[in-house]
Amino acid sequence: MTTHRRLLATGFALGLTALLPGAAAAQGNLTVYCSVQEEWCRPMMQAFERATGVRVAMTRKSSGETMTQIRAEAANPRGDIWWGGTGDPHMQAAEENLTEEYRSPRMADLHPWATRQAEQARFRTIGIYAGALGYSYNTTELARRRIAAPTCWADLAKPEFRGEIQVADPNTSGTAYTMLATLLQVMGEEPAFTFLSAMHRNVNQYTRSGAAPARAAATGETLVGITFLHDAVTQKIAGAPVEIVAPCEGTGYEIGSMSIIRGARNMENARRFYDWALTPEAQAIAGQANSYQLPSNRNAPIPPQAPRFENIRLIDYDFARWGSAAERTRVISPWEREVRAGAR
Amino acid sequence: MGALTLARAALICATLGLFLAPWHGLQDGFSELASWPRDSAAPLVALLLDGSRWWLWPVALLLALAAPALLRGRAGGGLAWIGAGLVLAVFGAGYAIGLNGLNWSWLAPLLGAPPPQPSLGWGALLVLAGGIGLFAAGQAARGRFGADAFVAFLVCGCGFLLVLFVFLPLVNMLSAALYEDGRLAPAAFGARLVAPEAWSLACLSTHAGCGVVWNTLLLATLTGVISTLLGLGFALLAVRGGVQQSRFGAGAFRAMTILPLITPPFVVSLALIVLFGRTGIVTGFMWDWFDIPRSRWIYGLPGVLLAQILAQAPIAFLLLDGALRAISPSLEEAAATMGARRMRVFRNVTWPLLKPALAAAFLLGFVESLADFGNPLVLGGDFDVLSTRIFFAIAGARHDPGRAAALALLLLALTFGAFALQAWWLGKRRYTTVTGKGDSGLPAALPRGLKFTCAAVVWPWMIFTALVYGIILVGGFVHDIGRGDMSFTWRHLGTGFEIDWFDGAPAFLGSAWDSLFTTIQVAAVSAPLTAGLGILLAWLIARQNFPGRRGLEFMTMLSFAIPGTVVGVSYIMAFNVPPVELTGTALILVICFVFRNLPVGVRGGIAALAQIDRSLDEASATMGAGAFTTLRRVVLPLLRPAIVTALAYSFVTAMTAVSAVIFLVSARHNLATVYIVGRVEAGEMALAIAYSTVLIVIMLAVVLGIEKLVGRARLGRGSAPPIRAGA
Repeated sequence: MTTHRRLLATGFALGLTALLPGAAAAQGNLTVYCSVQEEWCRPMMQAFERATGVRVAMTRKSSGETMTQIRAEAANPRGDIWWGGTGDPHMQAAEENLTEEYRSPRMADLHPWATRQAEQARFRTIGIYAGALGYSYNTTELARRRIAAPTCWADLAKPEFRGEIQVADPNTSGTAYTMLATLLQVMGEEPAFTFLSAMHRNVNQYTRSGAAPARAAATGETLVGITFLHDAVTQKIAGAPVEIVAPCEGTGYEIGSMSIIRGARNMENARRFYDWALTPEAQAIAGQANSYQLPSNRNAPIPPQAPRFENIRLIDYDFARWGSAAERTRVISPWEREVRAGAR
Repeated sequence: MGALTLARAALICATLGLFLAPWHGLQDGFSELASWPRDSAAPLVALLLDGSRWWLWPVALLLALAAPALLRGRAGGGLAWIGAGLVLAVFGAGYAIGLNGLNWSWLAPLLGAPPPQPSLGWGALLVLAGGIGLFAAGQAARGRFGADAFVAFLVCGCGFLLVLFVFLPLVNMLSAALYEDGRLAPAAFGARLVAPEAWSLACLSTHAGCGVVWNTLLLATLTGVISTLLGLGFALLAVRGGVQQSRFGAGAFRAMTILPLITPPFVVSLALIVLFGRTGIVTGFMWDWFDIPRSRWIYGLPGVLLAQILAQAPIAFLLLDGALRAISPSLEEAAATMGARRMRVFRNVTWPLLKPALAAAFLLGFVESLADFGNPLVLGGDFDVLSTRIFFAIAGARHDPGRAAALALLLLALTFGAFALQAWWLGKRRYTTVTGKGDSGLPAALPRGLKFTCAAVVWPWMIFTALVYGIILVGGFVHDIGRGDMSFTWRHLGTGFEIDWFDGAPAFLGSAWDSLFTTIQVAAVSAPLTAGLGILLAWLIARQNFPGRRGLEFMTMLSFAIPGTVVGVSYIMAFNVPPVELTGTALILVICFVFRNLPVGVRGGIAALAQIDRSLDEASATMGAGAFTTLRRVVLPLLRPAIVTALAYSFVTAMTAVSAVIFLVSARHNLATVYIVGRVEAGEMALAIAYSTVLIVIMLAVVLGIEKLVGRARLGRGSAPPIRAGA
């Protein structure tokens, strides 16, 4: 009877506090903004709760939405740590002074690409995984058209792929911007724009979300989808008839990152999470959650399905330069003018 | 209610706020009350005495000023000044001194370097309510608002809420259009408004796309026209074509009108892709059997248009059905008696009489299409409209709040332009046919040719709708509908809604439970508030005469006309920092829904009130009842259908809204639609569809339950449905 009443009272109090302005976390809490798939976010948070006893409140939003939220909340931050999502917005947050500098003792265990990115961001963000850029094609559709399988970027400009390529719009998607920056670095500016204009004739749609082309290729809505390779792997493992290509000319990559939000209310716990998320055990969760990126800790097990960097010609992607807002505008404007506005 | 009663109540309220309730917001919930009356739970009087909030002394002084006259039983016009002073003092100090100390540096000579001041709490809320009460009492004492203190208080209170939760956030957000790199730049503002991305006509001469304004206009006009015509076909068949005599016909028509209202965003678009995408079910069938080449026509204008018509045609039907039933047949009979053929009667009598309803149906389709965000997002392809462009200007890879604000202004102009056009077009004529004079005859039957045309359009559309909803129903329970794997599974429902039993108590393990519970809670709290406030405002606007009535009406319409994304971001920007700090709570979701859905309650209430003769109010007043008694005993009971409609509608929209709340949800208070968006992004269509099915079932139960409880009331999305007095 008393338990019942206590339960009722607690329920009532909880209901009321839920409506209270600014009812924030008590001791031992942590608010995480998570920008990978929900499927991966949840086991991560549960594992951290089990490992430390800290209560985690997690919101999953895309990295663009999270960035907008952090920016709007800057005067009175609500989140403590931002985990996951492509590196560009994290670099931007560092540039805009929205995130906190922190040097984790785990830094020494990381791959050089992760530490290099951290240095470029003045230690306001750190890499937790990496994924190479490339494309995937639908084997059923390819066989139907009797086209030779593409292996390079240059193949995508061939006339037989007319209306069969899908790629995101760099205005809205970090994936597409990574592609733009990659091609400029691989080919040089002038030839890159020539290639993009030629490929533009083959593009059936510039999607808004970066993961959409991988999905469209998996269902056959398009023949080729330009995407991060791990997104394509997820589709392939789910049974889609897709083949994954790391282009022969070399390709760029994203570094999924993590940043502590400036003015975090639970700074201590945010740092604990930061250190924990860089451990091999925490990074091993990705593979179990159908995410096949390359973990940033050298000792973390690489999911067997993940596209290995050893087999991919990776370029030396300059994140600081290509991630800056000025460079972004400098590159996207001519793309809109010369490529996007062209005839198809 | 007299001015004195109101003023005394207000004084008591404000005094409680001064002496008892904690002045600042409780950051850690009610556990902080333990420290009362010190530290974070201290009431204002304690803060004044220890000198830490000395700049709030005017609050106490103003209250002391009001007290003596009220104790002696006199309420004068001076109270208005005191009330206004209280509100200004609290808000002025709140904005001037924020979390980082002084915000307004020009006040430094006066205030020095004050300590940081957190957000306003319960104490401040009580003082503010008191201040508004005193202001209203003062106005009533001066003879304004018909010298009725109750009306005065309602107007002042509603006005205050509308300014705080509608007007200020929007002005704050839209003013971003005037700034560039933090500096005032009128030139940039002009350039943004006439930018080629909005107005370019390149698509006429080249292959490049046209400006978003043209795209948006084209889509909205097509949606408006086609859904109105379809709705008209449905209505003619239902009212004049004898369909509703058969049980099946009546049931099918009724299902048509309810389904689109309770459909969560995205799900119709997803179903359309499953059917008509390049690897879609119908596409594959056409290819195998008729050699029609598979194409991607669904992505772009055709797909978005189809999805929007699916949602809008039933609503046009609801409006036109009501209008058609309300047309008295006497004119038609007269025409027939004079020898006109059926077609001629229809063309020259019925059709002109339907004009206002046709205009209303078109306007509704037009405006809803402008505001639609989910369908263009999923199906738009390269076809960009204002709502999606605004979203990506805010949350895309290139963040530009100035551009977003300018585009939002353009969208706002389109919406208000449509309203103005409708008012101008209808304003000149009269369309009354229902008079009090006895039986008016039988409605004319539909001309044969017209009936066949209607049937030929309506029944295929009905089958199409059934197909789309069939896909939604099936999609959640098969392995992967996107790739055509149609074997049955509970897996998707299990991921979202797994329940396990531990020690006899259920444990909700599925990942969707939290968001589902929050959604239902928030919808259940906001629906009665929306309906109540909406009906009150409608009564004030329709039945009371006071200065600023038009302004009040305009503000209620404002939040409806603004894209959800803009509302969402403007809310975080306005309510993330003191004095009003609400982000991260469920309260901000409730407030957002209440003020966003308010227009429905208001419009419905005004339409219903127009049907209730003022003489009833006057009779009540003559017998000595005040405004409060008249409202409670006479008006509200007559308004029951309108209240029910507003209740059901606001519950349903609170469960299906997405663009406004995507930035307002927090870890503790996530909403179903935001969860679904995440699933769609990740490509998990099946889980998204399964969750949508659950939502549809819940909403259906609620809508039918409300109808069962209070009698059938019509549902209309975004407009005042035709409600006859005493219906």
